[in-house]
Amino acid sequence: MTKRLTGIAASPGIAIAKAFRLNNDHYETAPEKVADALIEVERFRKAIEEAKLELEEIKDLTEQRMGAAKAEIFEAHLMLLEDPDYIDAIIEGIEGEGLNAEYKLHEVARSFIEVLSSMDNELLRERASDVRDVTGRIMSRLRGVSYAAISAINEPCILIAEDLTPSDTAQLNLDYVLGFVTEIGSRTSHSAIMARSLEVPAIVGAGAAAVEIKTGTMIIMDAVEGAVLIAPSDEEVESYQARKAAYDQRRVELRKLLDRPTISADGHRVELAANIGSVEDLQKVLANGAEGIGLFRTEFLYMGRNALPSEEEQFQVYKHVLERMDNKPVVIRTLDIGGDKELPYMKLPVESNPFLGLRAVRLCLSKQDLFRTQLRALLRASSYGQLKIMFPMIAVVDELLAAKQLLQEEKEKLVLEGIAVSETIEVGIMIEVPAAALAADFLAKESDFFSIGTNDLIQYTMAADRMNETVSYLYQPCHPAILRLIQMVIQAAAKEGKWVGMCGEMAGDETAIPILLGMGLHEFSMSASSILPARALIKQTSHRDWAGYTEQILSLSSQSQIKQFVEQKTRSDLK
Amino acid sequence: MISQTFTVLNPSGFHARPTKVFVQKVGTFPCKVNVIKGEKKVNGKSSLSMLTLGIQQNDEVTLEVDGEQEEQAIKELGALLTYIFEE
Repeated sequence: MTKRLTGIAASPGIAIAKAFRLNNDHYETAPEKVADALIEVERFRKAIEEAKLELEEIKDLTEQRMGAAKAEIFEAHLMLLEDPDYIDAIIEGIEGEGLNAEYKLHEVARSFIEVLSSMDNELLRERASDVRDVTGRIMSRLRGVSYAAISAINEPCILIAEDLTPSDTAQLNLDYVLGFVTEIGSRTSHSAIMARSLEVPAIVGAGAAAVEIKTGTMIIMDAVEGAVLIAPSDEEVESYQARKAAYDQRRVELRKLLDRPTISADGHRVELAANIGSVEDLQKVLANGAEGIGLFRTEFLYMGRNALPSEEEQFQVYKHVLERMDNKPVVIRTLDIGGDKELPYMKLPVESNPFLGLRAVRLCLSKQDLFRTQLRALLRASSYGQLKIMFPMIAVVDELLAAKQLLQEEKEKLVLEGIAVSETIEVGIMIEVPAAALAADFLAKESDFFSIGTNDLIQYTMAADRMNETVSYLYQPCHPAILRLIQMVIQAAAKEGKWVGMCGEMAGDETAIPILLGMGLHEFSMSASSILPARALIKQTSHRDWAGYTEQILSLSSQSQIKQFVEQKTRSDLK
Repeated sequence: MISQTFTVLNPSGFHARPTKVFVQKVGTFPCKVNVIKGEKKVNGKSSLSMLTLGIQQNDEVTLEVDGEQEEQAIKELGALLTYIFEE
């Protein structure tokens, strides 16, 4: 029977090959008395010098293959080779106790690794793996063996290891290494990040059973689903070969859509945008062919610190995003705090129903100084690109009018100060409260656009917290109640000639996309990695057909019936 | 020997990059620099030992400087601890 392991699909892809178990047991070592401590110190110093040369080479290699930022980790490794508390402590140990270099190296390194791996901070815990990596490198120089033996691989394989150190990952020969599986690790560990930038399939955190896989065992790694099949049957290999071919083919097809507009099979154009939460997400947005940013959550500017961000600080961030997006539309949402997102330094009173309390635009309207600062920063940034400002959680027209009034006041002040402000900033709102959806016709007169925030809209409509497992079954994006609200919003906006986007998770959902396309949604904003699959789906979907199905869909009484309907129609589209 | 206490302002605390900047700066001074947080005192010239202090934002950190150029060192290193890590 095939044994099956599951792990985290850290970098997608499918690989089928023999396993190569990486052996990094450089640590087992015993104390031995040496005849001449000075000669032993010399031997240790030589190992350090050799390790330095190796690291310099790996650093250059990484810089060429993955860029300077990724190579920085090796600078940290080089610094370790000069660290007095690490290197000098070993040398003093050899001299003072007359013990062998391997043992002292092991002992000193272990004490640091133990302290670092027990720290609360994940970033500091990861430093333990740097010490392990550098120690392994010095150890193998002392023993005269090549570190990790990765460079010796000369036939196709899938690497199996406890964890891949940064230097292992940097040296992978991608002609032979088709993927890797590790026992430990998370989506954000070094090996995972590097695998994604090298585009090599990786499964991390597959558990202790992973490292028991022996070199030479046939394995299939499905880094789309996060599964590892050990010693698969011929049928399984065959079936996965077909899946791999289809997967690879699809990747190639998707890449072709990178710079194409998003047009349905019958020529209807929509816009695919990305949701971002910080500037770091921009790289991924640009690499995945987004036509704009449909939601920039500004909360990160306010969270994880102990004072409000200044106007200047915010201005710099907004300007940076607008400039990087090179005049593509960027919808920036004003502060959406409260509910489950707290700002301890603001010392807001504890509410018994925070999701129904003073949050988002409600909070901003009650703390006008904070709101005005953000509005000023946004207005100042507006001349650097195509900015659209969006207010979250609007429930009634008065809130929108009040927010617009403040925006107007700040704009006039800036103009008086002689600061350039764009004349074409669109101002819109999130539709995430059922009241806003039901009264969208009034709101449409006062907004330039709507963006439907489905995560909250569904929670408020169903009166169910989707994080609460006992009621999370009520989180049903394709429930008729939700679809009817969405349709009302789109129709109300259309009457006023306004556009409607969606920035909740539903916008990237393959079942919902054809329905939304048929209803006339203009913009779909999703996580960057969903953009190309969504573009491919829309390309083979007829807007006209699905517009014709809307009435039929809305007459079905449950999400399951609706999903079934979509599945049937989508399948017939593909014929 | 002189010593002074500073509050770390960097929101992400004191890991790889800030530590590197700090340790490199310490290396430019001839004097001995100890960094103290709570009960623990480490050598400011060792990035590894610095990491084991697990310095976070708002931590009070004391610098103890002894030797040539100590005045200059405490001034510049204190400023680094307080400000530069707001990157």
